[in-house]
Amino acid sequence: MRANAASNPSIQSGEFRRSELIAKTTGAVFAILCFCATFAALAALAVLLIEIWQSGHSGLTKSFLRGNPSSLPERAGIYPGLLGTLWLMGCTALFAIPLGVGAAIYLEEFAPKNRLTAFINLNISNLAGVPSIVYGLLGLTLFVRFFGFGRSILAGALTLSLLIMPVIIAATREALKAVPDSLRHAALGVGGTRWQTVLHHVLPAAAPGMLTGIILAFSRAVGETAPLVMIGAFVHVTSAPAGILDKFTAMPILIYDWAERPQDGFREVAGAGILILLIMLLAMNAIAILLRNRFGKHKLA
Amino acid sequence: MIPIGSSQNPSPSGASVEGALAGRRAHRVREVLIHRGLWACALLSVLVTAGIIIVLLTQSLPFFQNVSVWEFLTDTKWVPLADDEYRRFGILPLVCGTLMIAVGACVVALPIGVGSALFLSEYAPTWLRNIVKPILEILAGIPTIVYGYFALTVVTPFLGEYVFDGIKVFNAASASIVVGIMIIPMISSLCEDAFSMVPNSLRQGAYALGARRMSVALRVVFPAALSGVVSSFILAVSRAIGETMAVSLAAGSLPNLDLDILGPVQTMTAYIVQIALGDVPHGTLEYHTLFAVGLVLFVMTWLMNLVAHKISGRFAERYV
Repeated sequence: MRANAASNPSIQSGEFRRSELIAKTTGAVFAILCFCATFAALAALAVLLIEIWQSGHSGLTKSFLRGNPSSLPERAGIYPGLLGTLWLMGCTALFAIPLGVGAAIYLEEFAPKNRLTAFINLNISNLAGVPSIVYGLLGLTLFVRFFGFGRSILAGALTLSLLIMPVIIAATREALKAVPDSLRHAALGVGGTRWQTVLHHVLPAAAPGMLTGIILAFSRAVGETAPLVMIGAFVHVTSAPAGILDKFTAMPILIYDWAERPQDGFREVAGAGILILLIMLLAMNAIAILLRNRFGKHKLA
Repeated sequence: MIPIGSSQNPSPSGASVEGALAGRRAHRVREVLIHRGLWACALLSVLVTAGIIIVLLTQSLPFFQNVSVWEFLTDTKWVPLADDEYRRFGILPLVCGTLMIAVGACVVALPIGVGSALFLSEYAPTWLRNIVKPILEILAGIPTIVYGYFALTVVTPFLGEYVFDGIKVFNAASASIVVGIMIIPMISSLCEDAFSMVPNSLRQGAYALGARRMSVALRVVFPAALSGVVSSFILAVSRAIGETMAVSLAAGSLPNLDLDILGPVQTMTAYIVQIALGDVPHGTLEYHTLFAVGLVLFVMTWLMNLVAHKISGRFAERYV
């Protein structure tokens, strides 16, 4: 073969060039395919946002923001849903943040390395994967019926708290991990107790990261619909709630109701509702990103 | 350690010693209490899991007293709301609908997710990655109800116009597509994490032997990260199975077994929503079907998550 190649160099280099060309082409095609995959995902996002803007922006009026749900699309408003969502988020924060942050502090700063800790860790990562509607079933049985909170904001907020706790725990742990150990050693070295070390030194250093994670967790909770449907936060509530034991409805639930109706007018109303929801989410995400950028630079690590 | 006052002047310094000791004791007590409190917070997660399991089991018990487990798992009809003699409680149609949507979503999301992860980790310059990654995260943060609306108002009309004639208003195809879009960011970011965990020495070795980018990506990085890819894939499927609002808006509510992607199907989650929306009185058999279906849903997703974590844990051990 070598003799053959040596005696006929032109053929050999021609073959080589052809295989080189094929390899180059497939490489380029593959690169383009990978790029297209990325682009397809981005395009889907663009189409989604543009389409929702087009169908919803004309419905964004003052009367829509201040009005109550109605069976006529032109008179339907989102006010009770908006307030319901705000109430819900406020109460959820009250329960979920202390519990989630507490659990994260324990697991990151105090927990011994033993079987129980490993079990709790595994358990939390499994909880994060439980479908939200299953949390709804839990909330329906436990909070609505067993504890007798009824179909109230309290029941909804407790259910959502359980739902986002794994997310808050994970985010807080990441933030705590980023605090360098030298800080802890210094505080313990001058005679601080473990809790003093955590409270006065570790938590302040981790606060921006924690806050970012917590805001992102709540931006998930804002759009959560399924557990609230299970709790029974359905639409026939025409006034804004005034206390935590009141019946309520929430923005995503109103949107679901509007989207399901056959009349064309409600499509626009649903679009407008989605726009408000997305604006809220965008604002929360922007705050989270700002926090990350503002404090990320002074990271102690 | 603390110098004790001389006998001439016992009372003031004795008081201060006692004060210091009391202060210390208070410190210690507080420390222990806080420790306990934080421990309780962490243990709450275990209680939540226990709560879910107990609720699902006890509330589905009345259902299984009326319908045998065998019938529930093998009957091919799901007609829970009819009169007594026509009622059928076979979960297969719901499971079938759920899996159809999940498989359809993966057909959409797997190539796009893995492709974009390869692009981001092997091809894209850093500045492009820094732009694209946060945008993909937005896709993950959009509420599922919005995807349902998108399926109804955009995807289904589009499919009806250009791809499939005679598509129904509620159909499995558009639900699959939007659920697919929804899980792309999950697959993409988990895969990219897995690719970036592959040590650079492997890539450099391949390049030094004259390999091209495609060969490095497909024959070195991808196989090395395979368990990460598989676990991301399982997590995404379990997410698709648990997906509720988009599916119940887009796929309709007709439980059937005939694998028609252009017609309506009902998933387990959509069934639960349908029953929750209609006022089913507490304590009836219909009410308890919620928990029986929820139990199947929970067991399926829980097993998948467990397997995914096992696989990715093994992968992480190999390279760290």
